Amino acid sequence: MGNEYRIALAGNPNTGKSTLFNALTGLRQHTGNWAGKTVSLAQGSVSFKNKTLHFIDLPGTYSLFSNSKDEEVARNYIVFEKPDVTLVVLDATSLERNFNLALQVLEMTKNVIVCINLIDEAEKQGIRINERLLMNRMGVPVVKISARNKQGFPVLLDTIDRIVTGEIECHPTQMQYSPEIEAQIGKIEPKVREVVGDRISARWISLRLLDGDEALLTELAKRFVPEGVSG
Amino acid sequence: MAQPNIIKLANGQKGNLIKITSINLDGVMRRRLLDLGFVTGAVVEVVRKSPLGDPIAFRVAQTTIALRKEESEKMEGELVANGE
Repeated sequence: MGNEYRIALAGNPNTGKSTLFNALTGLRQHTGNWAGKTVSLAQGSVSFKNKTLHFIDLPGTYSLFSNSKDEEVARNYIVFEKPDVTLVVLDATSLERNFNLALQVLEMTKNVIVCINLIDEAEKQGIRINERLLMNRMGVPVVKISARNKQGFPVLLDTIDRIVTGEIECHPTQMQYSPEIEAQIGKIEPKVREVVGDRISARWISLRLLDGDEALLTELAKRFVPEGVSG
Repeated sequence: MAQPNIIKLANGQKGNLIKITSINLDGVMRRRLLDLGFVTGAVVEVVRKSPLGDPIAFRVAQTTIALRKEESEKMEGELVANGE
């Protein structure tokens, strides 16, 4: 129909990702905080402004470098299944830890919303968050919510809507690395782009290859090398 | 000024605040520790030690993480406060 969009939810364990998912979709998905709990992906839908938004609850992880099955599932979904929007859910009370994952997602994909959850709890602790400043620094929308009180949902849904309609364009901030690393990226990136085109960030893949990520290389071979062709 | 007092994380005492200066680990374990907040420049607190000194619980990036000696002795840092 052209009116259906997929929204992936990524975040650290225990940031209220599943609470948000359940509150939005009305499903009663139960996920615990031990490794491997959310391994099959839960999906639920919401109708908003004549659109159907399909939400996909990814496994909670601290990172997306495929140190574990969970990370691999979450990463592969964001990179290869290309959701229309990726919501990164952060815990407002421990942003320092949570930004690691957020910055990784900004490197991987373009349409990102940073969703700062547990804002009520943070305010109770005297934490004040300047979302405008964060928005400027990260180049993507930042929305403060409290999933358990359904606070901030209208703004969140509206922001999703404005990204899928193209009203908001995201320009995620890219980390700059040391000149040595940047020089290597410069060498690899054009070659990567020949293989993957514009579907996947060639810069991100180059970085992963420099890091020696063999699992990603295998995954790319599976998805991009036509059958019968071998390296 | 006195020389900075560089110690292994494994040798920290309860209450010590240590500013990480080097992480001498590779591969997945290094990646994992970085993800958890053990990065150069981060200040970690020794929260408690097991009776035999292994594992040790550290406060890092607002969370408590216990590390085995195999990892904590491969990280060094400057002792910035003794605590207690």
